[in-house]
Amino acid sequence: MSQETTIKEHLETHVTDHDHDHDHGHHDHHQSFISKYIFSTDHKTIAKQFLVTGIIWAIVGGGLSVLFRIQLGYPDADLSWMKPLLGKWITPEGHIAPEFYNALITMHGTILVFFVLTAGLSGTFSNYLIPLMIGARDMASGFINMLSYWFFFLSSVVMAVSFFLATGPASGGWTAYPPLNALPAAASGSVAGVDYWLVSIVLFIVSVLLGGLNYITTVINLRTRGMKMFRLPLPIWAFFLTAVIGLLSFPVLLSAGVLLLFDRNLGTSFYLDQIYIGGEALANAGGSPILYQHLFWFLGHPEVYIIILPAMGIASEVLSVHSRKPIFGYTAMIYSLLAIAVLSFIVWAHHMFMTGMNPFIGSIFVIFTLIIAVPSAVKVFNWLTTLWRGNIKLTPPMMFAIGFVSLFISGGVTGIFLGNSSIDVELHDTYFVVAHFHLVMGVAAFFGMFAGIYHWFPKMFGRHMNNTLSYIHFWGTIVCAYLIFFPMHWEYMLPRRYPTHAGFDTFGMFAQLNEFITIAAMASFAFQLIFVFNFFYSIWYGRKLKEQNPYHATTLEWTTPIRPGHGNWPGDIPEVHRWAYDYSKHGRDFIPQTEPLSQYEIEHGEHGDEMDSDVIAHENDDHQS
Amino acid sequence: MEATVQSNARELWSGGDSPFKVSYGKIMMWYFLISDTFSFAGLLISYGAIRLSQPAHDEANPLSWPDPNHVFNAVPFLHGHYPLVFVTFMTFTLIFSSVTMVRAVQEGHAMNRKGVLFWLGLTIIGGLIFVGSQAFEWSHLIHEGMTQKSNPFGASAFGGLFFLITGFHGFHVSVGVMLNSWAFLMTFFGAFHRRGHYEMIEKLGLYWHFVDLVWVFVFLAFYLL
Ligand code: HEM
Ligand SMILES: [Cu+2]
Repeated sequence: MSQETTIKEHLETHVTDHDHDHDHGHHDHHQSFISKYIFSTDHKTIAKQFLVTGIIWAIVGGGLSVLFRIQLGYPDADLSWMKPLLGKWITPEGHIAPEFYNALITMHGTILVFFVLTAGLSGTFSNYLIPLMIGARDMASGFINMLSYWFFFLSSVVMAVSFFLATGPASGGWTAYPPLNALPAAASGSVAGVDYWLVSIVLFIVSVLLGGLNYITTVINLRTRGMKMFRLPLPIWAFFLTAVIGLLSFPVLLSAGVLLLFDRNLGTSFYLDQIYIGGEALANAGGSPILYQHLFWFLGHPEVYIIILPAMGIASEVLSVHSRKPIFGYTAMIYSLLAIAVLSFIVWAHHMFMTGMNPFIGSIFVIFTLIIAVPSAVKVFNWLTTLWRGNIKLTPPMMFAIGFVSLFISGGVTGIFLGNSSIDVELHDTYFVVAHFHLVMGVAAFFGMFAGIYHWFPKMFGRHMNNTLSYIHFWGTIVCAYLIFFPMHWEYMLPRRYPTHAGFDTFGMFAQLNEFITIAAMASFAFQLIFVFNFFYSIWYGRKLKEQNPYHATTLEWTTPIRPGHGNWPGDIPEVHRWAYDYSKHGRDFIPQTEPLSQYEIEHGEHGDEMDSDVIAHENDDHQS
Repeated sequence: MEATVQSNARELWSGGDSPFKVSYGKIMMWYFLISDTFSFAGLLISYGAIRLSQPAHDEANPLSWPDPNHVFNAVPFLHGHYPLVFVTFMTFTLIFSSVTMVRAVQEGHAMNRKGVLFWLGLTIIGGLIFVGSQAFEWSHLIHEGMTQKSNPFGASAFGGLFFLITGFHGFHVSVGVMLNSWAFLMTFFGAFHRRGHYEMIEKLGLYWHFVDLVWVFVFLAFYLL
């Protein structure tokens, strides 16, 4: 009884919240276009806003990489045809100006890491799935949730505007190290671009924090009756921990950014000491550029896990549903997520082995870094064992989830190389590192995101995406991804962030390889356009979803109507009686979370030696009597 | 005994209710404060790193870290040197305003609108005095020649760090004063009373105590160590 009243209270809180948000207080049914699609407080709409903004940014960010790959692959070619787009940034000889090449890679990295794989991935799926999968009407605060999107939007606008600055956007790398990024005289992108970059990132941090507060609070407070923490679907655990990591690491980037803004604009010397520019000594004294690196990577390393954790969660769910098997090692999956979350905070200095740090401290970071491979490997083995002897359905989301596992392994292995400081001394800042993090983070997280989009598209839009195009997209992408990043490992002595290596005889042997990689990169971009077309076309013209639960999945989002309204469930919120992974149990293909345990059944994780065959026998008896 | 505790914990986390028996707003405030702790920590750790790279205080070395007793010895309207007297006053004001905030929250629990107004009003005044004192101290130091770039008392890094970190903290206090003033008006017009609870005051109270606590560390870093 008391539980019922609290649920009611939740509902009431939401209702009052709601009135609050739209002070004019009109009802769901006749909302204006603006309150329904633009300033919406419905988590499902906000999720779609994150997704569409993320897709637009992905096209921009990916497009930039095609531009700089062309310069890299064809260093001698005449690229004057890019003039209409890039204008003065094409040199008279027809090359991309070196400072603009650096701006391109900087923006590429920033956009993909923050706007696409953080906001577009965790913003989309945390928003969409948390309330639906835990059985809540909406996020704890719809209003704060809406603010989170709009801060992201503002941040996007500032970053976009910086492209049109006369001196170009930020060009000192997505990590924005000082002194290069602290001194306007150091690079043209540092004149004004970095200020825009920093303002944009500060707004982005606000967005992440507002979003994260909601995700955490919602998971803690608004789970439906019976939804214990150890019955949650794995994506929810992943989103929850991602939000926790974000809440603890992004504020440090905020501090780092504020210090950098001061150094740039107010003449402080937090990061600056003994600097000569153009032969002239600067007055700045007393600071340390290494301090910035520590602050940055204290965010930066957790950030890479902020990107990959949601993808891991999504892949776990998709692999289980489409192999009709419970996820292998559910509890181990949760504890490994936890371990990764904790460890991600104590490995940051592996990005700084080359800063002249004390080798003893370096070796401590080596150890922690290598330890983080253990929970990562636990997850990989669990995914593989989930597939093992499963009744595998090779649907597009499943293909992408399997692709995710493959890419995560391929990229993770090289992490172990890099984690050893003695090897990293050779490999640091080369294409080997580029290959490592693109496979393990860049492409793998994209695959997790695609798995999620293909899997939940029918839920989001009430229609299916085109299957043939989806398969073309999958094969094109995975083949190109490996063609791009596998050969990059051979470029393990080639320094990154150089517009051309033509001046160095040693690197002449990579000319053809670079051209090859560029061709693969362009092809891969083309395959993404197929996805974009498929996505937008299917929103309006896709095959209509007829079934409420097309995948025969156990989780709660599939108990909502095909096109759920604001509030998700028309009637009462369902109650949950079991974990999310009862597939192929007791002779049944799947048992929804809402179905009470039968009298002979023992809940997953409870002790007791249940014999499957016994239970089936009993149940059959039951049916007969 | 243990068994009941365990089963309670189980029930608490089994969904359908808030496991901490706390509203979502308060949980959000708690997590926000944890998060903000990290931004202050980032700044204070930077302070520590930069400070340790500078020569420790040494009368003979004009570029060494300054002696706080020497830097902070002015009191408004008084001539002469009173090391750390004024900042002690500021600190007590802030701590006192935390006490009045606690009283405001208590009155809120008792649904006593007048009591909330009285104690919240005092809290706001305390906050204003603090921010005002900080403004005095800043202008005095600037007058003495300390800026974000330079510092007549010793290592120039001291100036930048001091203005940045006390500024960041002062910004938090100012935001708190504004929010408290807003809550004061809401209380005055009876908005919380009609809502049936004064939870907003509790949430602002959490924030206010946090800002107070952070001051202790800022105070420690710049005035004592
Ligand atoms: C198996 C565990 C892993 C280990 C031991 C590891 C180790 C390393 C090391 C030592 C570096 C620095 C290389 C250098 O700059 O010299 C590095 C770079 C990087 N790693 Fe990993 N890594 C692992 C997994 C991951 C994962 C899972 C992600 C992301 C999801 C990731 C993302 C990155 C990124 C983005 C960079 C490069 C950042 C930059 O310099 O721009 N790594 N990794
Ligand atoms: Cu790392």
